[in-house]
Formats: sequence, C-alpha cells, structure tokens
Amino acid sequence: MYRFNHKNLLGMDQLSVSDINLILDTADSLMEISSRDIKKVPTLRGKSIINFFYEPSTRTKASFEMAAKRLSADTLSLSATDSSMVKGETLIDTARNLQAMNPDIIILRHSSSGAPHLLAQYVNAGVINAGDGTHEHPTQALLDLFTIKKKKGRIKGLQVVIIGDIAHSRVARSDIIGLRKMGAEVTISGPPTMIPVDVESLGVKVILDPVKAVKNKDVIMLLRVQLERQDKVLFPSLREYAIFFGLNTQLIKGAKKDVIIMHPGPINRGVEITGDLADGPFSVILDQVSNGVAIRMALLYLLIGGG
Amino acid sequence: MITWIKDGELVDPRSGTKKKLDVVIKKGKIESIIPPGKYNPPNSRDVETIDSSGMIITPGLIDMHVHFREPGEEYKETIATGSRAAAAGGFTAVACMPNTRPINDSRSVTEFILERARKANLIRVYPIAAISMGLRSEVLTEFGDLKQAGAVAVSDDGRPVTNSELMRRAIEYACFFHLPVISHCQDLDLSNKGLMHEGSISTKLGLTGIPAASEEIMVVREILLAKLTGYPVHIAHVSTEGSVEFIRQAKEQGIPVTAETAPHYFSLDHTAVIGFNTNAKMYPPLREPKDVEAIKRGLSDGVIDVIATDHAPHSPIEKDIEFDKAAFGIIGLETALPLTLALVREGVMDLTTAIAKLSYNPASILSIKGGILEEGKEADLTIIDPNNDYVIKKDSFQSKSHNSPFIGWRMKGKAMLTMVGGRIVNDKLKIGN
Ligand SMILES: [Zn+2]
Repeated sequence: MYRFNHKNLLGMDQLSVSDINLILDTADSLMEISSRDIKKVPTLRGKSIINFFYEPSTRTKASFEMAAKRLSADTLSLSATDSSMVKGETLIDTARNLQAMNPDIIILRHSSSGAPHLLAQYVNAGVINAGDGTHEHPTQALLDLFTIKKKKGRIKGLQVVIIGDIAHSRVARSDIIGLRKMGAEVTISGPPTMIPVDVESLGVKVILDPVKAVKNKDVIMLLRVQLERQDKVLFPSLREYAIFFGLNTQLIKGAKKDVIIMHPGPINRGVEITGDLADGPFSVILDQVSNGVAIRMALLYLLIGGG
Repeated sequence: MITWIKDGELVDPRSGTKKKLDVVIKKGKIESIIPPGKYNPPNSRDVETIDSSGMIITPGLIDMHVHFREPGEEYKETIATGSRAAAAGGFTAVACMPNTRPINDSRSVTEFILERARKANLIRVYPIAAISMGLRSEVLTEFGDLKQAGAVAVSDDGRPVTNSELMRRAIEYACFFHLPVISHCQDLDLSNKGLMHEGSISTKLGLTGIPAASEEIMVVREILLAKLTGYPVHIAHVSTEGSVEFIRQAKEQGIPVTAETAPHYFSLDHTAVIGFNTNAKMYPPLREPKDVEAIKRGLSDGVIDVIATDHAPHSPIEKDIEFDKAAFGIIGLETALPLTLALVREGVMDLTTAIAKLSYNPASILSIKGGILEEGKEADLTIIDPNNDYVIKKDSFQSKSHNSPFIGWRMKGKAMLTMVGGRIVNDKLKIGN
C-alpha cells in the first residue's frame, strides 16, 4: 500500500498525486464515522493536538477540533488574543514553548505568509498549515477536491473557474495547485486588480469577464471579497462588484447544466453570490463544511497514526 | 619605516595600468611605483616587505553606501564593528547613510560619526547627511553647515524624497556646495506593504509585490530633475532592467546622472526568497533573471558607474521572524569583492573596470581621496588573492550582524591585506607577526 511520507502539511506544493488520492480515499472511509450514533473512534487516543490560531477563524478551528475529537485525540486551543504566552513573544519563542508541551501536531493559522514554515523549523511536532497570510490553505483545497470528487466522480479533465480576489486568496492559491495536480483545467476570473501578475505560471487561464469565464464549466468556485486589502483599494464598491462579478441566476446559465457552486465561506450574500443561488440546488457549500471534518480527520490520522 | 610591496600585479583604473609593479610606501604615502627587481631597499631593518606574488594590488576599495547603525542601533553594528567588516572586505573607505537614530540631519550627528570613526581608527568613514530634516521630505537640512562639518553627500536613503519640488531644490542647492545628491528611488504608494519583487514568485508565495515600476518612476523623475536643473543626481541601488535603460538613455542625452548597483542585484534573483528566506528580503527587492542580466549589461557598458554594498546589518530580532514582519536589508561588505570578481571571471567586465567601480568611480562621485595608485598619493590600497577559495560561514563575519544570503556560498577571491594611509588594518598575510 502507498505510504504517506510527510511530517508536516505546509502547502499543496509538497503533495504528490498519490498523496492527494490517499488523503481523499482515507477521508472517504472516515466519512462513515460522522454518520454513526457515537461519532468517535479511539484511533488517536493519547495523542495531543494544539490548535494555535494566531488569526481568528471560527469555522476552520471548529472543523479541526471536531476532527481531532472524533479520533479521540486530546486538543488544546490557543489564540493570540487569549494567550498571554503570545504577547511580545516572537513566533520562534512561542514555538519553543509549544514544543515543551510535547504535542504530536500543531495546527497553525497565522496572518503572515510562511509562518507555518518558520514554525516547522523549530518544533519536533508535525505542523499543519490552517491558512497562512495570502499564501496557502491546503486543508481547504483538499476538502474542495474531496467535494468535487464526490459530486462529479472525478477531478481529471473537469473545467473549473475561480472567481474573485485571486491575488489575496490563500484558498485560490491552494485550490489552483491542487486542481492542476489532479488534472483539472482551471480558469480564473475577476476584476484585473485582483489577478496577480504572472499568474499563468501557476498553470491557469485568465478570462477576466465572468460571463465568458463560466461558459461550459463543471465547477464554479467563489472567493470572499473585501473592499480593502493591505491598504490597497481594489475596486470602488461591493455594490458594483456584485453587479459585474457576482454570481447570479443569469450568469450561471452559461455553465454546464450540472454545474456545482463552491465557496470557502463566510459568504457575503448579495456580493459574490445571490442568496437564492447560495441556497439553491447547484450549491455544495454545506457539503464542503461536512467534508472538511472528514478531510481533517484523514490528515490527522495520516500524519500521526501513520499511513 | 618603509613598506615594500613586491611582485604583485598593480591595477590602477585611472591610468589603466595593469602590470607587475612594486609599490614602496613611506610615511603613509606612496613613495614610488617601480618595476619588480629594480628597488634597492636602503637598510633592510627599516623595510617591511610584503610578498604579493600571485596577488593583485588595487586602490583601497571604497563603498559609497553603507548603514553603520551608530548612533542609535549599536546592537546591529557600530562604526567600529562596521569598520572592521569593511577592512576585512578590502575597503579603505565607506560613506554612511544618514538613517541612524537620531538621523544625521545636523552638524552634531555628523561630528559624532566622525569622532566615532576616529576612535575606531581603522578606515576612512565619510558621513552622508540627510536631504530633508528627519527624512520627512518637508524641509531641507543645512547643506552648507553639514558640508563644513564633514558630510560628503546628501541622501534621504531608506526613504525617497516624496516631494518633487523639494528634490529639485535639493539638487540645485547641493550643487552650490559641491555635494552630490544620492536618491533612493521608490514610489511609496506603488510599493505600499510590498515585501518582495512583484512577479511569478510573489504570486506563488502569496507575498505582496513591489513592482519594478515603483523604482523606475522615481529613476525617471530624478533624471528629469537632473535635466531640468542641469545638476547631477546619483541613483542608489539600481535593481531593474527599466532603470538601467532609462539611465542609459539619460547618459546618451548628456544628462548628468550616475548610478550604483549592489552585488546582490547581479548575484541573486527573486527565487532566493522561496522558503520565505528573510535574508533575501531587501529594498529594492531581488528582481527577475532578465533584470540581473540588464544589471550586468549596465556594469559592462558603463551605464552603472559604481558597485556599492548597501551594507544593512540587522539582528535576529529583525530577521528570525515572519517574512512580512522582517526588516529589509543584508550585510555586504565582506562578500562584495568575491561576488564582483565572479563577474570578472564570467567575462561581464575586465578586472580594471571592476576595480574602478569599487574604488576610483565612487571616489570621483564623492570627491574624496583614494581610488588612485600613484606616487605621492595616500597609501590606501588593497591586496587581493584572486584564487583564494573558501566558503562563507555565519561566524566568519567581522560585522556584528550576519544577515547574509551568501552564507554557505563557495567564493573565490579575498582581500588579504587592507592598508589605510600606510597602516595595515586587515592582515591575512600575517605581515604583523
Ligand atoms: Zn536605499
């Protein structure tokens, strides 16, 4: 059997196609646990996991915590705001303190791109990147791949469009890498101010106009937009964004009949997507959430339990 | 006492000399330069002989762009430790940028720097004063008073002069005092929150980019101001292909502009940042391979006059942290010479041209002594072993800091001896014992 040979999950970059397939297959087999009456298995009993959220994120943190608990691991949650350990301390100092507790895994969410890479150099524990700055969010990409595979039966050859602030999205970056590795065709779309330079080097096609970009697509992925990023104003108003780049019932007509709509959340209803579409039959947004727990269970299992 | 440097190859960029010549030094000055075998030492006890066979004798290297951090950030570097690093790297003179704490915008800070340099008593340290009070781009500093105190140039380095009218007046007013104006070219709005060069690697790493245009817009502004006023401007740390081309066109039109680049801009490109390496974070940022090629072309055909290090020491507090929070800048005094010699071996420029950019040219721009090996001149010189092969190690720096992206690099070429006014300040040939 193929073995999972990683200590950390820092980005999608590091994963091979076999790694990704193994994670998705493992998640699939763990899905069943979440539908039991007693949603718990003893697999990671005695293992300890630190959820270290330097930047607030209710849903990712909850998802990781749920995943750890269903595998019977002990979890400890720290956040920058409630932990005195963090104040005035460098990330390396914090890392050494966390290491002193001898955890098996540290899950890090941080506002700085590259923070998990720095942490991983200073701890023996495995490190999972739960989103670093505008760099990567690999577990989101894995759960997106998982969701697509479950809905479509495959990833290879699918036509995917990602619409929104690609430049500042760690989700987009990880999704692009993951989708390209698994053989999907990826188009990105949105206002030119949100398209990073030389993005074609990531293997994507750029079609700015969403009307053209969604044509014949199997999957539409939306990103959360914000008016201001790094003090730079990228577009005039959310209202105008909704008119020209928001997904609505008219726009979606160009896509394939069985298109699925994805969004990493939280949604700005009426901005990236109209409310009726978000709640409608094409939307798999809630599937993404439940699949997220399974993917994170799979990762914890593979990283600690051994694959 | 007499010092007799024998059997070395003398390289003097101004005269174009490049041949085996002995140098005889007396009372801190070059007494004579004569063919090997022709010198008859008067009394062997009074003669210190330096055998430099297989080595190159050059004018003492001059770095017109360093940050010595004193006053204010002595934990990163002091004028004494910076001077040691300079001497070890083959430099006999440096010009220090004014962004210390307090900023060098007054006579008292300029005098303090010169006093510290005298105490360190190693190399020649020339203060560069600020253009604007507090580097705030609002009011000019007292150029005349600062010049009298010992400043050799003015610059707001670390920050651009954002007010174009103020820059125009600075260029005009500085000319009256024969003070060169050195510009740090950066459009602060375009580079706002930028962490590295904007390109495929910033896109991949999710780091906010600094577009090449952020530098080039200001290079063009300075060229236009030099044209408007007819007075010279010196462009610091050129890093992009566009800047090289704009400066080339300006020079062709006879506009009085000079330019420098730093060794990292011809030795590294933006891929050095991969892995979030904070020792590859500096302003301007490391650019693309096409920019590196353009910098080499600029060095080769004379568009870029000077190689200066932008030596910027930082402690682990500023560097061993998240990439976005880390300080900009790297040390350079102890790696500049071998990196430049690598370009000579690569065929980018000949040895004489390379030495000119490290000595004669910066001396001319700043109107300071040095840069020339000639009878009667101060004995500021460097003896280089071009074949000395070694690996850069973290603990081998004389600088107080070791924020260098070149740690672990195999280098060829080393300053074996540095002499300032006839006095040996770096003695890897063990002449002293
Ligand atoms: Zn500068």
